[in-house]
Amino acid sequence: MLETLQSLAAGFAVALAPDVLLYAFVGCLVGTLVGILPGVGPLGGISLLLPVTYGLDATSAIVLLAGIYYGAMYGGSTTAILMRIPGEAASVMTCVDGYAMTQKGRAGAALAIAAVGSFVAGTLSVVALMLLAPPLAEFALRFGPPENFALMVLGLFVLAYMSSGPMTRSLTMAALGLLLGMVGMDTMTGLFRFEYGLSELGDGIGIVPVAVGLFGISEILISASNSGGTVVRAPRLRELLPHWDEWRASAGPIGRGTVLGFFIGIIPGPGHVISSFVSYSVERRLSKHPERFGQGAIEGVAGPESANNSATSGAFVPMLALGLPSGAVPAIMLAAMMIHGIAPGPLLIQQQPQLFWGVIASMYVGNVVLLLLNLPFVGLFVNILRIPYSYLYPSILAFATIGVYAVNNSVVDVWIMGAAGLLGYVLRKLDFEIAPIILGLVLAPMLELNFRQSLAMSAGSYGIFFTRPITGVMLLAAIALLVLGLRSIFTRRARPGAQ
Amino acid sequence: MRSLTIDQVAGAVFAVFSLLVLWETRKIPFGFLAEPGPGALPTLLAVTLLVCSIAVIAGGRAGKRLAEVEWTEWRHAVAILGACAFMALALEGLGYRLTILVMLLVLAGIVEKKGWIAAIVFAAGFSLGTHYLFNTLLRVPLPHGPFGL
Repeated sequence: MLETLQSLAAGFAVALAPDVLLYAFVGCLVGTLVGILPGVGPLGGISLLLPVTYGLDATSAIVLLAGIYYGAMYGGSTTAILMRIPGEAASVMTCVDGYAMTQKGRAGAALAIAAVGSFVAGTLSVVALMLLAPPLAEFALRFGPPENFALMVLGLFVLAYMSSGPMTRSLTMAALGLLLGMVGMDTMTGLFRFEYGLSELGDGIGIVPVAVGLFGISEILISASNSGGTVVRAPRLRELLPHWDEWRASAGPIGRGTVLGFFIGIIPGPGHVISSFVSYSVERRLSKHPERFGQGAIEGVAGPESANNSATSGAFVPMLALGLPSGAVPAIMLAAMMIHGIAPGPLLIQQQPQLFWGVIASMYVGNVVLLLLNLPFVGLFVNILRIPYSYLYPSILAFATIGVYAVNNSVVDVWIMGAAGLLGYVLRKLDFEIAPIILGLVLAPMLELNFRQSLAMSAGSYGIFFTRPITGVMLLAAIALLVLGLRSIFTRRARPGAQ
Repeated sequence: MRSLTIDQVAGAVFAVFSLLVLWETRKIPFGFLAEPGPGALPTLLAVTLLVCSIAVIAGGRAGKRLAEVEWTEWRHAVAILGACAFMALALEGLGYRLTILVMLLVLAGIVEKKGWIAAIVFAAGFSLGTHYLFNTLLRVPLPHGPFGL
């Protein structure tokens, strides 16, 4: 424990350095704006701003991106409460009772409880992350190539199982992402694959142009026809104070949302979205007056908002401890770490303590920054919604192009961005989940290397994947998930009248 | 075609793509199952994609029909994708400032019909301002075109 506190103190020394503090602030600010803007979301925001981090050191880059991630969770609640527009998917449940409170003249209280709940959940979940990640990483040090391979396979299967649609659709997307990750030089033999004479593809298809295209450009393509500005009325500062009974009613939902959100966030999948739905239904079930939900129950704001912030920290556990992204946002952050020459995995905490503890400490700082930003300046932030989208989207397109081009000074990346944008647009229109594509693309080189190293270790015997206990358990769990996922599809088809 | 479901059409497209990848992997040494070469995993993944695509087709007989999908924003989408293609083609020839200026002028002035004065002010301000921010202040090297523009 003492060692943890010493490490945390060292982390604060990093996080409170003026430049890192500035990036935490900028990340929180941009994240809040990204969260407020309907449709952009943390994923699109991080993808678009990833190239901006190239000139920074790894710690500042991750601090900036993490700030955007949890800043978006804070910001998303603002438009949900004031206008019934979820700034991002995790705020959908906040719309229900948050907007009902606005109609009753309690918008200020809803915003304040959402901000305080997010602050409490964000802070407590960082404590849990700080305590859980190092022992998990230490355990994972026992992992060799077979365990790493099994872990990645399990991660992909859990993500596919947790997805909203049928598992076969998500697995198709994951396989597509993994296949895209096969482009470029084979690391074991030096042979080029699928590069078709383009030297730019020798290093593989870049994660940045694909992420910017799939999430950022596809969002512009879908939203560009909504070009009007919006009229909003933000509450004044003195209207922000909740009543005593509202504070009392929110305490339990904030606590439960924090715990639920953290553990759901650890599981691969859109944890921040799922956690807010689960928290809302738990609060309604526990309430003595469930009929108030939907009519402006403050518990319906406090629980989901706390849960989605807590899930954000939970998502960092497998990413920082195991090098396994639990979703698309952590996958992009992992890519950022790799771009900065940081090898993700269980050795990260030992080899890069300043990065790990600096990021942890910056999360504490970021939560305070967000609380200070979100309450007094809420009126200022919602003004961004007044900018017509017809000016906003060409600007976002230009920023995306600068960012993608700047990675390698290559127009091939701009072409890839456009192609990924078209692919993302079509897939989203057809209700396919695109997150598994990016996860597959990030994991593909590591998956292949660990697969082939495992077989080299066992002199070609596939038994190595089932005779080692950890590997066997993980692969059996992946198979069990596959069976469960397929069974649910066939059960649904067999049921009369099923869609 | 219009009576087919989304899953049937999408699954078929992915199946064709996986077959194309399988065709292309014949040029890459597979190695052996016990000692996989550089072509092994792409082949296995293409087969996995093929199996998943067939499962998507098989499971999607009762789903939403492709004809029910609304593509109301297609004009904007075509214009934006055209803008992406233009930037990829022109960026290194015309340079950053001219390329972004033209792209923004077209999107704001023609696609969004914002009026030429507003479009020119917006496009010129944005392209010059961001060039100063990224190229001069943040030292991100951006391509220059004719006459150093």
